[in-house]
Amino acid sequence: MSIAEKEQEIVEEFSMLDGDMEMTINYIMELGEQLPEMPADKKNDDHIVKGCQSKVWLAATANEAGQVIFQADSNTAVTKGLVSLLVRVLSEEAPEAILNTEITFPQQIGMNRFIGTQRSNGFGAMIKQMKLYALALSSKTQTDA
Amino acid sequence: MSVDTSISVDEIRKEFPVLHQQVNGKPLIYFDNAATSQTPECVTNALIHYYQNDNANIHRGIHTLAERATTAFEETRKAAQRFINAEEAEEIIFTKGTTEGINLVAQAYGRKFLKAGDEIIISGMEHHSNIVPWQLLCEQTGAKLKVIPVQPSGEILLEDFDRLLTDKTKLVSVVYISNSLGTVNPVAEIIAKAHAAGAVTMVDGAQAAPHHQIDVQALDCDFLAFSGHKMYGPTGVGVLYGKRALLERMDPYQGGGEMIREVTFEKTTYNDIPYKFEAGTPNIADVVAFKAAIEFIEGIGFEFLHQQEMALLQRGKERLYGIDGFTPIGTAAHKTSVISFLIDGVHPFDLGMLLDARGIAVRTGHHCTQPLMDHFQIEGTVRASFAVYNTVEEIDTFAEALSEIVKKFRS
Repeated sequence: MSIAEKEQEIVEEFSMLDGDMEMTINYIMELGEQLPEMPADKKNDDHIVKGCQSKVWLAATANEAGQVIFQADSNTAVTKGLVSLLVRVLSEEAPEAILNTEITFPQQIGMNRFIGTQRSNGFGAMIKQMKLYALALSSKTQTDA
Repeated sequence: MSVDTSISVDEIRKEFPVLHQQVNGKPLIYFDNAATSQTPECVTNALIHYYQNDNANIHRGIHTLAERATTAFEETRKAAQRFINAEEAEEIIFTKGTTEGINLVAQAYGRKFLKAGDEIIISGMEHHSNIVPWQLLCEQTGAKLKVIPVQPSGEILLEDFDRLLTDKTKLVSVVYISNSLGTVNPVAEIIAKAHAAGAVTMVDGAQAAPHHQIDVQALDCDFLAFSGHKMYGPTGVGVLYGKRALLERMDPYQGGGEMIREVTFEKTTYNDIPYKFEAGTPNIADVVAFKAAIEFIEGIGFEFLHQQEMALLQRGKERLYGIDGFTPIGTAAHKTSVISFLIDGVHPFDLGMLLDARGIAVRTGHHCTQPLMDHFQIEGTVRASFAVYNTVEEIDTFAEALSEIVKKFRS
């Protein structure tokens, strides 16, 4: 599934929540619960995302195919759900695909409305960090090649 | 004095249009009053009336509107004087809010009179606005900051203060009521002890102004600052009270219009107090409307306010303390209508969002008191703070919502 298709899937899931704030938050938290556990030794200051109100950790590795695998966690359930959406969209993608993607699902699902301005800024910081990881891994692949 | 029985919360609520709305499909329950209280119609009407009838720059104007605006502005000064029982109206300086009041004292008094080796005492439960201005002053003068420790209950002990108070202490600045915990501090005793040691005293009255009758003469504090927007008034206006003798000895805080007597390129002489500290065109409209907020509180009376807020606090304790995993932060014997808490295993941000989804506004985080949160070894709390227009029914709804949210987290 392409990044755009994964985004579309999220948009459809959220449209079923009918804009109900409580259902939306509960759904986001449920998604967070399904996020694979991040190894405890990666939850350190090196992996913390700056610019988030809650604590968010993000790490990235490349698989054999050269795709980026993201790991993430947060100390708050809602933020963990939010970062899980990004992991779902961007994980197992080629670094170039991640770098060339303009993430649109937050606007499409009207995320600002239910997470507020400050958290939206934090969400932007997560996307930026993921792109930086992709950039680092893409130049590494190029160097290795 | 007895409570005015003609006043009812229902009647009070009618004066606050903002309360009568739905948020996320639920009736708004506003429990973020310690951050900003809502504004009654008498205040917004005063604001509108000013702009529609009297708007002009104040002082020195010869025309009618300037005269009306000046009169209205100075009437608020008299109202503020009465509100805190200051000896003279000239001891009332208008500021942007409590933060500016404290910064003004730190710079206009502290920079002139403190030197290396002098000590400033604050408490461990101060808002950042009563920490950072003194840290800046310490960097500028070489003075040292000393901190009265906070007990697990969220109280400070006078004997701890005694141990810090020495002949080096030149300034003591403490919060009257803690914004994070609701603790009411023994400021009168602290002021008396500080004065006996020869120190000047400042009180952060931001949270006290809407809850307690402040009497600066009885307290004998040298400075006291408070904000309009925490006492049913407009944002962007506050008061710094200072004793005349001290204000007169201080340097100006900012230079500009209004604060001068005569300006030449060789030398400028300054205006008398309070104008010496009110450089530039002030926030005239909000100052004018602030009078309506003072009169709103005076109209209800502190007896009724206190009775209502204590009833809310009591109901909150009864309904909330039993919730699974509930830990109150700040259990002082003498506290105002604030319940700060944590729920075991649930982050305050998540609780805040889920409560907002049910139309309930609380504050989550460190409440601008990071050192206090560090002391309790927590990142922050959920804080529900009640005002006179809140009802026991709202507290019941809040408690039920919180119980349900916690149950979901446990399932």
